[in-house]
Amino acid sequence: MGLPGRPELLAHELEQLLRMLYKVYGYDFTDYSKSSLLRRILKFMDENELHTGSQLIQLLAGDTAAFQAFLETITVNVTEMFRDPVFYTTLREKVLPVLATYPQINIWHAGCSTGEEVFSLCILLFEAGLLHRTRIYATDINAANLEKARTGVLPMHHMREYTVNYRQAGGKNDFSDYYTALYDHVIINKEMRERVVFLQHNLVTDRSFNEFQLVLCRNVMIYFNKQLQNKVLKLFYDSLSSLGFLALGMKESLLFSEQKSKFSAIDPAVKIFRKKH
Amino acid sequence: MIALKQDIYDIIIIGGSAGSIPVCISLLTALKKEQTVPVILVIHRMRNVVSELDTLLAKEAGIRKIMEPEDKQAILPGKVYLAPQNYHLLFEEGGSFSLDYSDAVHYSRPSIDVSFESAAEVYGKKVLAVLLSGANADGAKGLSLLADIGAECWVQDPDLAEYPAMPAAAIAITDKIKVLSEEEMKQRLRDL
Repeated sequence: MGLPGRPELLAHELEQLLRMLYKVYGYDFTDYSKSSLLRRILKFMDENELHTGSQLIQLLAGDTAAFQAFLETITVNVTEMFRDPVFYTTLREKVLPVLATYPQINIWHAGCSTGEEVFSLCILLFEAGLLHRTRIYATDINAANLEKARTGVLPMHHMREYTVNYRQAGGKNDFSDYYTALYDHVIINKEMRERVVFLQHNLVTDRSFNEFQLVLCRNVMIYFNKQLQNKVLKLFYDSLSSLGFLALGMKESLLFSEQKSKFSAIDPAVKIFRKKH
Repeated sequence: MIALKQDIYDIIIIGGSAGSIPVCISLLTALKKEQTVPVILVIHRMRNVVSELDTLLAKEAGIRKIMEPEDKQAILPGKVYLAPQNYHLLFEEGGSFSLDYSDAVHYSRPSIDVSFESAAEVYGKKVLAVLLSGANADGAKGLSLLADIGAECWVQDPDLAEYPAMPAAAIAITDKIKVLSEEEMKQRLRDL
């Protein structure tokens, strides 16, 4: 903090900022991972030509629009379709056959951002013949992300990469069957979206709202410190039905969590866990 | 007296892109077995493909194991780590890694700039940062920041690099870094 050529945010200003955000807007970032939080706050300061922490606090305390922009920068919303194809192959081979034994399947996709991974999951379920009896609750902290996700509109320029990912994930059809292209964007087919409910939910402050056979939360908890990770993993544990599945990002683990002993790993390379009881 | 000299650095970070892997391997072979400073490799690589770069590097460099860290994993003395695909690699106070999946920087994730800047926040001048061959400007800004706060910074001599753009970009914005050949870097690592 306070390095040459960068905006200055002193430790006590950061604390003051986080207290203010919670008090004024109800967003609690105190247990976010310091390094990436700091990086994104500095990025926001840099882009908005704020040179000191006090300028930042002053701006955000009195300006809701500025806060919305800040929230966009702080809550990372980078995502892609069929990210880590091997994850989807494993899901298809090891998890879907178990889900298929339930008459109705409930899935929670936590931290869904703008929906790319949710649509990937829907395609996977569709190809397994399970989509029609699945209900997916896709949640995110950021209302703007959810609004985008509900439209099913994605920029065209990523589709080539997504097509490659889809094929590597063992996709059975022609990927372009799942969307309609319109100039520089595409719309994911309605059939691939109609089993999804997009809801605003804050993992830090909100509770469980249903029971699920599968919870996906990929690359969301990397932004939390260990203490908050623990708390959220407890929330997932409580939200899973007996023998339910929990899917995390490829480099996330339960290693440091108190919940570790309550789950078994179903694949060492891909972070899919199963609730023991 | 070796131990004393090693105390200068809390961490060694080597960044590279196109053309850097052979140099990287060669530098790793120069590290003494008993050296205790953790080494972090941040190398641009493909996303979404199964990669065995960690195994390959370890085998070629004769190191028992190179680890791709998981989120919040502790950074241990004497270990060599490789930044995982498709994540930025950051450092936390108290000596652990943090992963980040925000926008690519210079079309790169992992970005060398991101790791260098995070190291500057956490370790200050107790960093040895090395920037190798590469075809874009990632790493230059972070290296310049580290140099400004007094960290030891080396770049591979662009005239001797397979792709000179990366070290050249750093040289263009700071004069507080050492421009070295592969052999010179190896000698200095042996002397740690």
